[in-house]
This record gives sequence, structure tokens and C-alpha cells, in this order.
Amino acid sequence: MTTTPIRGLGHPVKRKEDPRFIRGKGTYVDDIKLPGMLFLDIVRSPYAHARIKRIDPSKALAMPGVVDVITGAELEKAGLAWMPTLMSDRQMVLPTDRVVYYAQEVAAVVATDRYTAADAVLAVEVEYEPLTPVLDPFKALEPGAPLVRPDREQKTNHIWHWEAGDKEKTDRIFQEAEVVVSQDLYIPRIHVCSIETCGCVVNYDRATDKLTIWMTSQAPHAHRTVFSLVSGIPEHKIRIISPDIGGGFGGKVPVYPGYVIATYAALKLGKPIKWIEDRSENLQADSFARDYHIHAELAATRDGRIRAMRVHTVADHGAFDAAANPSKFPAGLFSVCTGSYDMEAAHVAVDGVYTNKPPGGVAYRCSFRVTEAVHTIERMVDILADELGMDPAEIRFKNFIRPEQFPYKSPTGWEYDSGNYPATLQKALDAIGYQELRREQAERRARGELMGIGISTFTEIVGAGPSHTFDILGIKMFDSAEIRVHPTGSAIVRIGVQTQGQGHETTFAQIVAEELGLPVENIIVEHGDTDTAPYGLGTYASRSTPTAGAATAVAARKIREKARLIAAHLLEVSPDDLEWRDYAFRVKGAPDRFKTMQEIAFAAYTNFPQGLEGGLEAVCYYDPPNLTFPFGAYVCVVDIDRGTGQVKIREFLAVDDCGTIINPMIVEGQIHGGLTMGMAPALFEEIVYDENGTMLTGTFMDYLLPTAMETPHWKTDKTVTPSPHHPLGAKGVGESPTIGAPPAIVNAVVDALSHLGVRHIDIPITPAKLYQILVEKGVAE
Amino acid sequence: MERVPIQLTVNGQLYQAEVEPRMLLVHFIRDVLNLTGTHIGCDTTSCGACTVLWDGRPVKSCTVFAVQADGGEILTVEGLERDGQLHPVQEGFWEEHGLQCGFCTPGMMMTAVALLQENPDPSEEEIRKAIAGNLCRCTGYVNIVKAIQYAARKMRETAPAAAGIAGGE
Amino acid sequence: MIPGPFSYRKAASLEEAIALLQQYGGEAKVLSGGQSLIPMMKFRLAEPAVIVDINRIPGLDAIEERNGILAIGGLVREVALERSPLIRQRYPIIADTAEVVADPLVRNLATIGGNLAHGDPANDHPATMLALRAEVVARGPGGERVIPIDDFFVDTFTTALAPDEILTEIRIPAPPPRSGGAYMKFERKVGDYAVAAAAAFLVLDEAGKIARAGIGLTNVYYKPIRAEAAENALVGQVPSDGLFRTAAELAAQATDPTTDLRGPAEYKRAVARTMTLRALKAALSRAQVA
Repeated sequence: MTTTPIRGLGHPVKRKEDPRFIRGKGTYVDDIKLPGMLFLDIVRSPYAHARIKRIDPSKALAMPGVVDVITGAELEKAGLAWMPTLMSDRQMVLPTDRVVYYAQEVAAVVATDRYTAADAVLAVEVEYEPLTPVLDPFKALEPGAPLVRPDREQKTNHIWHWEAGDKEKTDRIFQEAEVVVSQDLYIPRIHVCSIETCGCVVNYDRATDKLTIWMTSQAPHAHRTVFSLVSGIPEHKIRIISPDIGGGFGGKVPVYPGYVIATYAALKLGKPIKWIEDRSENLQADSFARDYHIHAELAATRDGRIRAMRVHTVADHGAFDAAANPSKFPAGLFSVCTGSYDMEAAHVAVDGVYTNKPPGGVAYRCSFRVTEAVHTIERMVDILADELGMDPAEIRFKNFIRPEQFPYKSPTGWEYDSGNYPATLQKALDAIGYQELRREQAERRARGELMGIGISTFTEIVGAGPSHTFDILGIKMFDSAEIRVHPTGSAIVRIGVQTQGQGHETTFAQIVAEELGLPVENIIVEHGDTDTAPYGLGTYASRSTPTAGAATAVAARKIREKARLIAAHLLEVSPDDLEWRDYAFRVKGAPDRFKTMQEIAFAAYTNFPQGLEGGLEAVCYYDPPNLTFPFGAYVCVVDIDRGTGQVKIREFLAVDDCGTIINPMIVEGQIHGGLTMGMAPALFEEIVYDENGTMLTGTFMDYLLPTAMETPHWKTDKTVTPSPHHPLGAKGVGESPTIGAPPAIVNAVVDALSHLGVRHIDIPITPAKLYQILVEKGVAE
Repeated sequence: MERVPIQLTVNGQLYQAEVEPRMLLVHFIRDVLNLTGTHIGCDTTSCGACTVLWDGRPVKSCTVFAVQADGGEILTVEGLERDGQLHPVQEGFWEEHGLQCGFCTPGMMMTAVALLQENPDPSEEEIRKAIAGNLCRCTGYVNIVKAIQYAARKMRETAPAAAGIAGGE
Repeated sequence: MIPGPFSYRKAASLEEAIALLQQYGGEAKVLSGGQSLIPMMKFRLAEPAVIVDINRIPGLDAIEERNGILAIGGLVREVALERSPLIRQRYPIIADTAEVVADPLVRNLATIGGNLAHGDPANDHPATMLALRAEVVARGPGGERVIPIDDFFVDTFTTALAPDEILTEIRIPAPPPRSGGAYMKFERKVGDYAVAAAAAFLVLDEAGKIARAGIGLTNVYYKPIRAEAAENALVGQVPSDGLFRTAAELAAQATDPTTDLRGPAEYKRAVARTMTLRALKAALSRAQVA
């Protein structure tokens, strides 16, 4: 019997993927080099809206080392000038007559090396006739606005209208409400900026007629299906390999034109093609996140009981609706905006709009549009507290969904699986010394200092999702796992989701270790290769643990059921006489008669009972019965510099509840990272355009990613409320802090100024923006 | 096209090559020497994913021409491990979960190696200041700080063995 | 982003470098730390036909006091200034400045000569050198000349250096007794240029009054500026919070910032005022112990 520890659920197992990364031996897309490989680089539009009058590639083609220049006209002949988006819109691969956003792909050059390709991009001559761009989504909806998409039948910039909740009931409550508060909130356009940009290497092997694409993909199987549909190449002739991914955060879910052009070039030229974006291309043209113009209202009683919520949002999608949402949810899960609070009714309406900006609407380390939802409700609750003169903690306790109300049906139709909101908030308040902070704040105010305390008690919604409701382009959002136990008791796990840093190679091994009683060291996890991994929808929206994690547990349990039969055979007892305890099948009443999984595995290949198939493996395609609802309570303390408008986060405590924890070390790391990506748009990041639609924040000099100096030392704690429907009780965690942190920070800043009559500030709260408020309120130094 | 002969010691090995003057050191390391552990994350000398030690100093190899480094010594992430023994900084990043996607990690570790040579017992503030030229999007830096503190402890405990690992001392 | 092609010339001596600059005229660019030039070349905002690499020229990297001046070689890296015991003890304002230039990795290569010669009003050393009344030593075909710092910054990205001149040394008067200086920069994040920054240098007389004052400002004008009216308001006065506030206000009035992503012009002016006030306070506390 092995003495190696199992180290299943709950152990801070050091990551299995790290030995290669710390040696510089990871394989990211740009590390792949094939014989005869050519480099593709892209000519981009200097205009947000223009007619293309002429593209002259002759000077570029005359340069030594330049192999080809590809234009939209050529792609059109191949039927590839347009491609479908994940939201069933269509998007230009290369334009045939017009460009509709700044930095849009205009043509592609192929050359023998990246330096020559870069030179050739500058040599392609393009003549444009500038057109008036429309950049403001409200102006885009006005009659006579320039049309972003004349290719559509509908001659309007309006894309779709979507609603959730009970409008009539909500309106009725608002009419009779004792107190109504309302606020406009703008959640600006931001960009995920994984440190690795996007790119691919495409190889077409004529001998085997097989197309292999290494690409920065968070969803390789879904991408294979899209590639097959776009190109007409049978799906078994396409292999997509998502190698090591240098961060995803949602930005590697869409299919970008560069992938398609590189694939076309590889097929046309019969040579391997590499395309790797520059950072500025990545920032300027790849999918954005957020860009929600929100009008929100709360109706309440005078004593602070929230009765209803009403929200109308205009969603700026840029020139193509290339969001990555489940098909039935064009505004994602935004309707979860009633948050952690029990109310009688809610109504949410969203209108999608085209503008002359890059396409998208992807997530930024958040489940589909949940950041927008959480920001709305967590700000509105504070605004209501301010209106009523209540403490922000008190109003939350008063309105929380109570623990005994779970499973809780929300007014917009979601069924929250489990939660204990008061306990989590109380833990956070006690740990940070809330009352003491309030006393300190009063003292400082008396001295003219500006200090604020902000609370956010968010509910996240992750793990899309149940197949009855969730699909992308019709593909149901189940996920998968396949486990094979080898004769000597080690195992391989293949999963349909794709890590970009989340540590799947470790946590999924821990799940199998726990379920099968095999040491975690003896389990290898593979993913990201569509030729070997089972079909899955990919990793985003914190869905891996809720879906593929569940699939892995269920597949392991299938194996265990077969193992029971083999153990019974070995122990010469009936299967019913066995119980699975302490990682072995033991004879009931005689626990020292047992067989370990290692012994059973060997028998599965050498000594299995008659009538049973040999081998020990299982597959599960898991269709979750519901989503999971992680939650948390965050408290942020800020000081404001009256001479510069700078916000300094003095302290930030995050108490998270993500259900059962698989690896506490990884969970904590995810929370640290998520908090940082929550702070970034709250204080630093924003994509800004000038009046011509030119992006002003197209490099890391202007799009401000926080360094270690701007990032506080995050403090974390937890409560554990397992999901009742997930096989492990786990909920998913990677994005909770990204959605929970921004309102905690904004609430803290507004709290610091609330005595001056400040009720709301849109993010990012830049020093310049805040200083202007200090001036207006007469407190600037 | 002008080509310039250069000679560089990378991870203790001497390389000779003729390069175009405009070739960036990072491309020389990655594309010519095939040492792909050094990464590229931006085009404005902001992210530090390309950090290597040049004559012992951490620099952004995307903002150095390979010809400038002629005659110099370069240490990349691939040169940290010696005789099958991980460098304490590598060990620290693994032990303290100082990495997630791993893309910024090599550059971050090279900066840490140089810091610990100058300052064997840095405070959290000193560590944060030293790594402020390296962007990480995954970790929130807390565990990177812990990883470097782990390495500092380890190096102080085994000082003679860890000394003089960087090129160009 | 890939730089355009160029011809590379590595100069072994100042004479050789100057000869190369003469030979290629405006086609050539001097490569010092390269931390501003190379990014500009990647974006093809600079496309020099020839690069003259001066990094191998010996004798340009010294930091030394001689004959009542501090001499800093043009090739002295920011990191050397940050760590020099001489600078930290006797010229903390220069250490303040060096350690907020860009980020620590950039500072391992970036040079003080480049920081000044680039003529960028957003760079940090110009304000400090204005406050300190430094002199710039330039070497050209005709030999060496000394340029007072007040004459050095001509326009945005333009200095008094001729195309065939190289900045070889910066000279700063050694600090008299009861003097102190400080540099205060407000940046949105590490690695950013200043929203506004101020360098302040004060010399007190034996009675504790301000005998001399220097104030330089970063990134609030088309070129680096000295806040002369603010300096004049300080001289002969007993330092006080009110006096410093008056001087800071005068410094702010001397600015003419542009509105950009760092904020509107009036905001930058306000930050210049705040930074001046804070720099003056820090300079005073240093002067009082010097």
C-alpha cells in the first residue's frame, strides 16, 4: 500500500504547472517555431469610419522577403471577408469597402520574418475617404445618425432590446414607494490586457490534409467548430491547440480576424504562418469590456427596506456585436443586479447599440456582465443609505436575503443556490474593526481630513450553465472530463476547459485524488488540444470548477463504482458489503479488510471479474442543474490627498465564500489577482477616444495597469457555504473579487466625501476627476 | 543590408552571430538563440516581461539593440537553474504561488534575482519598489512579494552556495 | 513594434563620436541609455539613418566633487545616482529625482545626460537642474563649451546642443551650509511621466532667512521652467507656511500646461502648486539640518 499522501480537496498543493514556468520552459504561442514559417502582420485603419478607395500593395510586394499581401477583395472571393461572431452577428475579417473603427484590420502582409513584415505594413498604400464617425451610443440612436452597419437589413444602429423581470409590478411599487433614489452610472470601456497578447501559428499539412492551429484560445473546441463552419473544412481535419496561455480574462474567447487571415494564408501559401499581435494592436483592436450606460432606481420604505429596482442600460457594442455571451442572454447575466438583497420586484432593460468603435463586449475577468450588475446594486444601496441617513452596513443587514430563504428565487428569475450573507459581512466588519474605523473617520473629518470606508456585499453568478437555458451558437454549455486509470495506479485526466493561469493541472488532479484515493502526484491533467481533450466550451466566466470540475468528480465516481465491483471480486464479498472510506473500499464491519484504488487498478487490467469489461476509465459530460452563486463581503478604507486628488487604499479586506475549496493557496491567489483587476478600472484603467474615434489609450503608457506600488497588500478571509447542487459543493472564485472590489472602492471614496453632499462618482476615479470634486466642494488644498 | 558581428555570453555560453543593427536583444534571445523563456508583453518599455540581466543588471531586453550588448554577458531565466538545483528565487515563486499564467514570471524573477544580490534582506516596500517595472496581471503581487521574501531567507541561510550566480559580476 | 533600419556606429572616444555626428549631420542620433530613443524608433516616431552609440566612451560615467562643484558625467545611469552615497548625503534632491524616473529597470540604463539632452519637458532632471543652477558641458568639433542651464532648454525636444555636440558633464555648485533641496513628483502610476513635479532648493542665512531659492517645474510648460517669481518671493524672507503657499501659488501661475489624459490644464497647475509647496517644505527641513 502506498504511503504517499493523497492530498485531495482542501490541500494547498504546490502547482504542477509551475516547474516548467519557473524554468522558462512554458510553451506560449510565440514560442512555437516551424520550419519554413512565415510571419503575418496587419495593416490597420487610421480612421474610425472611412470608405476605402484603393489599396495598393505593389511597393510592399516589391520588398525583398515579402511573400504576399492579402486584402478583403481576395478574401471575399473565398467567401471569407466576413465571419460570424459568437453573438450571431457578423464581423469583417478584412474590409472590402469601408472601415468602421480605428485600428481595424485593412490588409495583411506575409513575409519571411517579423522585421520585414513590419516594414511591409508601412509600404502598403491605402487611400481612404473619411466618413463621419458616431461614437456616442445615445447619438447613434438618434434619427439621421451615421449608419455604422449599412450591410444590415435594419437601417439603424440599434442592435437589440432585452428585458427581464416584471415591469408592471415594478412600476406599481415605484408609484407607491415612500422613497425613490435614482442615479446614472457609466461603467467605461476597458481592456483585459493579459500580458501575453493574442496570436496563432497555423500549419496546413497537405500530406494529411490536416490544419493545425496553435492559438491563444480560452475555448479551443468552440473555436474549432467556428473555424469549421467558416471555412467548410470538416471538423476532424482541424486541430486547435491552445498551448500555455499568458492570461485570458475573457480577451481570448472571441475569434479575431488575425486568426482567420493567418489560416487563409497558411492554406493559400502552403507554409506555416505565425501572427502575433503587438500590445498596441491588442489594446486598440481586440475586444473591449463593459461600456454600459446605466440608469438605475431603487424604491424603498422610509425605514430602509428595499422594495424594487428598475434599470435601463444602453450597451455600446462598437461596430460588431462580438460579445461572448450565452446566446439567449445578449446582456449576459446583467439581470442578477438585484444582488444580495431580497426585494419584491425588479425590471431590467438593456438596448445594444452600434458605434464606430472596436467590437466586443467580452468579460474582463467577470462572468457575463456581472461586474456591471454588482456595481449598480452596490452603489445604489449606498445611495439609498445616504438618502435615508443610514449606515451602509446597517442597510445591508436589513435587506439581505436571509440564510433560510435559500434556494432563493430572485425577482428576475435566478435561483440562488446557497448563501449566508449576514455571517460573511459580520466577519468582515469584526475583522477590520468597523466601529473603530467609523470613530477614526469622525475624528479625521473634524480635522479636515478625508477618509472613507466602503462596503461591498456582492453576489456572483457563475458556472454557465444548464443546457436548457445556456448555449453559445447553439452548442450547449455543458463541460466534460475523461479519466483513465493506468494499471499501476496513476491516472490521466483530460478536460474540456482550458487554463490560462487558474492552475487546472493541479486542482483537477486534486479532485481526482480525492475521489479515487490516488496521490495527487500520480495524476496528470491534459487540456487544450482538441484532438485529445473531450469537447467543452472553455474557461471563462468562472465556469471551470462549476462545470468541468463537476464533470471530473462525476467521472471519477463512475470509475469508483466500477472499482467497487473489482474490489468485491478481490475481497470475495458482495459489492453491497463494501463501503468507500479513508480512500479505500473496506468491508463493512471489518475495515482492515480493504483494497486501495492502486490495487484495484492493477486488477482492472489483470484480474477482473467475469462479465465486466477490463480497464478503468470514464467520461462525463456534465450538465449543471443550476448556476452557482459565490458571494463575499469586502471592506475598503481609503484616504484622499486633498492636494492631488489621489486615492490611497489604506486597507482592503476581502471575505469570500466560494463554497468548498479545492486548493486554498490557489483560491487565495485568484482573489489577490481579481482584487487587483477590480481596483484597476476603479482607479486607473479606461479606454478613451478623441472626437474622431482615435483611441488615446492605445499603449501601456496611457492605459494604466497597476504596478506593485499602486497595489495594496490585500487581506483575505473566507466563509464556506457549499453549493447544494455541485458534486463537490464548489462554486468558482476567479472573478468574484473583480466584481466585488470596484464598488467597495468607490463606496469608500464617496463615503469620504458624503458629508460634503457627494453621492456618486463614476469610475475610474482618477486624481484629476476627484480633485475637480474637491474644488467644487471647497476642500481642495 | 548592414549586418554587424556580435559576440555574447548567454547563460555562460558564448554565441557569435551577425545581426541587423536594429535587431532588439529580446528577438536575438528568442528568435536567434531560441531561448523562449524571455517574453514580450508590450511595445513601450512598460511591462518588463522581457527582463534579463545584462552584465548583472536587470534591463528590458526589448529596449536594447543586440549590437549594444556585444561583448556582454546575459543571464536569462533558462540560466537560473544550476546543476539541477533551482535558484532560490525559482523555488520561492513555486512555494509561495508567485505565478499564475507564468508569462510575466521569468522577467519578474530576473528582477528579483538582481534585487537580492544588492539587498539580501529587502522589506516589502523595497521589494514592491524593485518590481515596479514588471507588470503582472494575475497575482496582485502579494504572493510575488512573499516569493521574493522566501528566496531572500533561503539565500541568507545558504549564502555561499547562492552567491555569484548572475552573469557579469 | 519594430524599429526601422539604421546603420550602427560604436564610438570608442568622444572625438570619434563627434566626427561621426559631423559626418552624418542630422541623419544621426546619439544612443545613450536608449530608453526614450528606442521606444520612439519602434513606433517609427524616430527613424535615424545612423545610430552613434556612445556607451563605450570611457570617462563619462563619473560622479565626483571637485573645486566646489559636483560633476556628473553624461553617461551616469539613474541607478548610479540613486545609490551613490555622495549624492544621497550631499545632494538628496538629485537622488529624489533619479528614483522617480520611469521605473527601476529603465533606470538601470537611462542616463542623466539623455534625460537632459532629450529636451522633454516631461523628464524629471531638468527641473532639478534648473533649481540647482547647474551648468551643462557640451563637447563638439570646436571643443568644449559650458552652457548655463537657463539657456539649455530651448523648446519642446530642443536644447542648445548642436547636432554635432555631445553632453559630457553636468556641473552643480556644491551645497553651501544650511542648504537643502527636494524633488516632489506626482505621477498616476510608476513609470508614468509627471502630472506635475517640482524641484525646490533653499539656502538659509545664519539668521534662518532664505538667502537663495531655486524652483524648477516638470511637465507644465512647453519646456522645463524655473519659477522665477516664486524664487524672488522667497529670498530674504523667513520661511513659513504662508510664505511657501505664496511661492507655490506664484509657481503655479508660471505654468502653462496642456490638457491631456493626465488631466485638464487647471488641474495640472494645481498639482504644480501642491508639489511646489511640498518640495519647499521638504527642502526646508533638509536645509535646517544641513
